[in-house]
Amino acid sequence: MRGRWNLLAYAVVTGWLLMALSSPFLGEAATQVRLDRFFMTADWQSWLGYDQLGRPLWDRIIQGAQTSFWVAFWVVGFSALIGTSLGVWSAYVGGWVDRVFLKIVDVFLAFPGLLLAIALAAVLGPGIENVVLALVVVGWVGFARLARAQTLSLRQRDHVMAAKAMGVSDRRIVFRHLIPLMLAPLGVEATFGIAGAVLSEAGLSFLGLGVQAPDASWGSMIREGTRYLLVAPHLVWAPGLVLMSVVLAVNLLGDHWRDRLDVRHVSTGKKRTSESHV
Amino acid sequence: MTTVLDVQQLTIQAEQETLVKSVSFSVDEGEIFALVGESGSGKSLTAMAIMRLLPEALTVTGGQVDLHGENLFSLPEKMMQTVRGRKIAMIFQEPMTSLNPVMTIGAQVSEVLTRHLNLSRARAKDRTIQLFEEVGIPNPSERVDWYPHQLSGGQKQRVMIAMALACEPDVLIADEPTTALDVTIQAQVLRLLKSLRDKHGLSILFITHDMGVVYEMADRVAVMQRGQLIEQAETQHFFDRPIEAYTQKLLADAVPVSDFKPVLQRPPLLEITDLKVHFPIRKGIFQRTVDHVRAVDGVSLRIGKGETLALVGESGSGKSTIGQAILKLVQATHGRVVFEQGGESHELVALKEKQMKPLRQKLQVIFQDPFSALNPRMTVGDIIAEGMQSLNVGPTDKAGRAKRIQTLLEQVGLRPEHARRYPHEFSGGQRQRIGIARALAVEPELIICDEPTSALDVSVRAQVLSLLNRLQQEYQLSFLFITHDLSIIPAIAHKVAVMQAGKIVEQGEVAQVMTRPQHAYTRQLLDSAPSLIRKRLA
Repeated sequence: MRGRWNLLAYAVVTGWLLMALSSPFLGEAATQVRLDRFFMTADWQSWLGYDQLGRPLWDRIIQGAQTSFWVAFWVVGFSALIGTSLGVWSAYVGGWVDRVFLKIVDVFLAFPGLLLAIALAAVLGPGIENVVLALVVVGWVGFARLARAQTLSLRQRDHVMAAKAMGVSDRRIVFRHLIPLMLAPLGVEATFGIAGAVLSEAGLSFLGLGVQAPDASWGSMIREGTRYLLVAPHLVWAPGLVLMSVVLAVNLLGDHWRDRLDVRHVSTGKKRTSESHV
Repeated sequence: MTTVLDVQQLTIQAEQETLVKSVSFSVDEGEIFALVGESGSGKSLTAMAIMRLLPEALTVTGGQVDLHGENLFSLPEKMMQTVRGRKIAMIFQEPMTSLNPVMTIGAQVSEVLTRHLNLSRARAKDRTIQLFEEVGIPNPSERVDWYPHQLSGGQKQRVMIAMALACEPDVLIADEPTTALDVTIQAQVLRLLKSLRDKHGLSILFITHDMGVVYEMADRVAVMQRGQLIEQAETQHFFDRPIEAYTQKLLADAVPVSDFKPVLQRPPLLEITDLKVHFPIRKGIFQRTVDHVRAVDGVSLRIGKGETLALVGESGSGKSTIGQAILKLVQATHGRVVFEQGGESHELVALKEKQMKPLRQKLQVIFQDPFSALNPRMTVGDIIAEGMQSLNVGPTDKAGRAKRIQTLLEQVGLRPEHARRYPHEFSGGQRQRIGIARALAVEPELIICDEPTSALDVSVRAQVLSLLNRLQQEYQLSFLFITHDLSIIPAIAHKVAVMQAGKIVEQGEVAQVMTRPQHAYTRQLLDSAPSLIRKRLA
């Protein structure tokens, strides 16, 4: 049963990813205002009908997917890079560096994330690049904490000690003995990060701080649709459902991977206690 | 005598594999029955099957278990729940993880009493105090309100025993109950179990890998090998005339060769003078140092070239910290560590990492836990090559290095093609060999062996010890052999130093320390060793 849900989640994510990648080949229809077609019902060109400016709704949703994945890709990419580097460095150096770093991370965590992003987007001005920047500013903290915790436990392991006893350089210890071993939990964190970024981008675009017209984003589509909620409710629920399905699917994937990694963790842990007589 | 627990033709399967094959034995009233075997032999699975607590992936495909003539496998789960705890109780290897850390120990034992025996709270508490007194917890009326972290490992195991005895069960299954404990504590817990048996007529199914413990405890012994019960006998008969070749080998490996090694006058290689390692205890927001943990407190040692010094002590005595201080993995607070190398004396404590690097080649280390000692994401070949690369030892070209890795693998008893595999494909003993090959790769003169055999089965342990001895003769290696296991000292060491609470209480030649101990603590350690080991050492 769970396997089927996971399969569905993979299908949803891959499907939307492919559509997002194909959106540059769809042509200009999604952004072309054709007032002669406004609120027209579905036809063979657009099976979801047309919006208030006569643009095909399905094409705009696909363009919204592109926006969402573009933002998610860069937000998670930069957050993971910055967060992991700082977290590993802080824990590896230790001492007062680590204590100061931990306080800085605590300060960032004390900020309500989306509010900080809103404030930043407001200061920097609306635009998709600024959305990415604002979300990275709040997003790196999670990776930093995780990488720091992983480093603290991994650097006590005997193979790191053995490497130090063999005069292996710190750089090599970090890249050969620490980072490869924390890729799995970081990958899980990144998956949840994608879901978070997609949601946050939709939120910021809903507030008008994200993607600017005429480009489409699920959040801005919902905002524009609310005005016509009584005459054309599908302008809201279509992007809303898509947004929900993608976030749900990505979260399911995250859960799935976390469980899989956990199971392996538990089973090797068990194996150890039964095999070792300390 | 009446049979209490009767196991007949028990067979356990995981999907395709048969893990336990028609095992039959019975435990009489008031008897201690030992089930012995190496890891993976199926002894713990047998115990879990008796309790009907097997993991879901495993199923009992044949046989039955009778308790007082009643088949446990035919009982509904609800009835089985009253059997567990009231009729059959169990204690485990790890007392640390078996107790709930956020409940007082008294509450945990009382809970069993109120639930199973319907005692009132006040009466349950009185009974708990009584039980604690019986299992030898000092000040029981005060300690019922303590939390597990306030107790030592041995006392936690006593609490577990009190909990198991709470409902006065007929059978106690003890799964390696003393394996995680120090020898002196182990001796106390074993004595306690024996006295409880005498007092209550308790039947004990004692699961262990340790022949010394078996000799001490058991009335009858059964040996398991790869899921099969291969030999069963009265204890005395079993130790005097074992029948199966496997059993004979287990007994021989339990206490490795007992001839003391000849001690020769050798030039010193490493000399430690008044070494102290103190760790600061920091408190408050400014992390001020309020006190120190004196892990190593004024230790002086000498290791000659081609010589093995065994460093013995119980957990927390600071013996591993000495090894780490020599390798400069922790910084010494005080003292001198002088290493003789190429006619020069190097004082290691004061050296900077850069000056230390050329000496790292001569000082290597082997760890206790063969699972965390190897990076799971590197191939065996890369693991062995790592030191050669960073310290520039051996051939620098790729082909030459690969050749050397092959030679090293063969030297430690592995095959050349193992170089391309990953650590998880190997058993504990094989991984320990990989660890040894990694240390050998850089041609060291001194190897610090930090409990290298304590995670291994006895037969594997014997192999690793003889490998280390062979390498010592071949390369004139010196070892600092850190261990808590007295039985292996004659087989590996020339000299021995006994450590207690950060200090060396006695050191000297093995023969002298083991047969004529001077210090009270050494005598206590030796007296705590199971009598089988004592007999062979003397």
